[in-house]
Amino acid sequence: MLDVLAIASRNLLRYRRRTLLTLLLIVIGMVAVLLFIAVAGSFKSMMVGQFTDSVLGHLQVHRKGYVASIDNLPLNLNLTPALVAKAEEALKANPLVETWSPRVKFGGMFSNFAETTSIRINGIDPAREAATVPLLPGRLLEGDKAKPLVERGQIVIPVLLARGMNTKVGDTVVVVATNRDGSVNGKTFVVQGILEGVTGPGGRDGYMHIDDARALLRMSDAEISEIAVRLKDFSRLGQADKQFKQMLGESTNKEGKQPIEVHTWAELSPFANLARMIDLMTLFIKIMLVSIVLVSVMNVMMMAVFERIREIGTIAAIGTPPGRILSLFLAEGLMLGVVGTAAGIILSLAAIFGINVWSPTFAFGQQQNLVMAPTIAAGDVLSIAAMVVAVAVLASLQPAWKASRMDPISALRHV
Amino acid sequence: MSLVRAEQLVKTYRMGDVEVQALKGVDFSIEPSSFVAFVGPSGSGKSTLLNMIGCLDHPSSGKLTVLDTDVATLDQRNGATFRGEHIGFVFQDFNLIPVLTVFENVEYPLRMVQKWPLEKRRAQVLRLLEAVGMSDQAGKRPDQLSGGQKQRVAVARALVSQPKLVLADEPTANLDHDTAYRVLQLMKKMRDEFGTTFVFSTHDPKIMGEAETIFTLEDGRLQNEKESNHA
Repeated sequence: MLDVLAIASRNLLRYRRRTLLTLLLIVIGMVAVLLFIAVAGSFKSMMVGQFTDSVLGHLQVHRKGYVASIDNLPLNLNLTPALVAKAEEALKANPLVETWSPRVKFGGMFSNFAETTSIRINGIDPAREAATVPLLPGRLLEGDKAKPLVERGQIVIPVLLARGMNTKVGDTVVVVATNRDGSVNGKTFVVQGILEGVTGPGGRDGYMHIDDARALLRMSDAEISEIAVRLKDFSRLGQADKQFKQMLGESTNKEGKQPIEVHTWAELSPFANLARMIDLMTLFIKIMLVSIVLVSVMNVMMMAVFERIREIGTIAAIGTPPGRILSLFLAEGLMLGVVGTAAGIILSLAAIFGINVWSPTFAFGQQQNLVMAPTIAAGDVLSIAAMVVAVAVLASLQPAWKASRMDPISALRHV
Repeated sequence: MSLVRAEQLVKTYRMGDVEVQALKGVDFSIEPSSFVAFVGPSGSGKSTLLNMIGCLDHPSSGKLTVLDTDVATLDQRNGATFRGEHIGFVFQDFNLIPVLTVFENVEYPLRMVQKWPLEKRRAQVLRLLEAVGMSDQAGKRPDQLSGGQKQRVAVARALVSQPKLVLADEPTANLDHDTAYRVLQLMKKMRDEFGTTFVFSTHDPKIMGEAETIFTLEDGRLQNEKESNHA
């Protein structure tokens, strides 16, 4: 094999300019794909992280039918204490789960005594919420960050609402809500903090203590609207989702109906479509890379065979087996692939390092100054490298096969 | 026992709708360690005959045995193996591999065809380069050599794997007379040193005189076999 590689390398160096041009194409393709995956991937994971770690959590558990009516925040589709106990039992038993946070969600009217507007409220347990969506406390623009996110009798409101209503930290406000029986109740709160907005569902929500929410809604039982779940390892979301859907989603109540449903963040957020588009674009970029490598390597190898017909005739005549002739040309394709891939990886990693040193910032919706920090997984690099090398060998296959099957007499007569 | 034996050898080509008989029932035998020339004008069938002896082509009918092997039964792969083990080739245009040095060209059959171990291979190549007087040019590329030097390297390459038979199709056609004569002397010397049978084709009367056995071909038929006074 080393003998074959040694001769293949000599043949590649025979036409330096052509070999360099082919390598350049492979390198440019590799750099384009790896940079795109790194930048788009980090953008995607940053955005996904913004949603999952500051609003949604990785998974959510609801009563069946709640998500279909989620825009109305229906109080009659809350999880009953019995269902909550069942859900928590499943969460406790699953080793993939890090923590979870129960929420009471409702729509209400927010008044500063001069103006009134609508608001969506999350009643939360501040400690459990901070553990489940750890970026949420960091979104606090105004207020005491050392205190729990929201204390009893206080409320945290989104910045757009605060600006629109000219409300500041320490102001007293009134929240009025209609409970599930249709009666209205109001309660005064002190504004504890103002939250930075985040694009997407829940990005303009206010927060109060879960006990305050239940009191405002005059709940007699400890009902909750949803349970946000955080996993130990986000990459195992699919596995956890499948397990919970089996454990909770498929269980039935006395009437034979499914009482609980489980959704991943992607099923709850429209941003998931954007994430899927990024994946689709990555796929198209990979297809382009495959095409570049395929066409450029096949072209150079076809030229190599055409220009060396007499040489092929000679080595065939002196007894080189057809398989060895095949391997000689395949080795040239392999070396083009390997060298191009290696150079592409080195340049891509250097470019990714350079971008990280440069740290460019960008805006996404309401969020400003997000730092671009591209990273690429070793698995991605290896899979792209394997793909390029395999395509380079594949592109050499037809010319190599042609060379190995060449009639030595015709080849020796070729002018 | 004959090294090569042909009985009623016929080779027919199809060129479009026309059938061309290149060989029309040829019988001959070649003995081991002989120095044989096939002579005749262009198109007489010399190259066709050499191609068939070299297992590069198959007879249309008749029987051709080389080293007791019926070469008509060999497919592409087995033909290559047979050539690699038993036959060396010297070409009119030298056909050295341009990216390899003189040493590597001579080494090629041992490295890529027979897979000799490195040390044994190296010793054999140096021995052959010494024998053809090219050991001081071992590091040069073919484009740095004269025609005569290239053919010396080609002879060394043909002999390096110690074949029983070397086939040379017009080996001196691209050389001036003095160089051609020296190459022929070299081939003879190699025959004497290694006991290899040399079979070559030529239409140069001065060169054919160096052969010990001469087969004359005309229009696909063997006219006569002549023992030269060099025998």
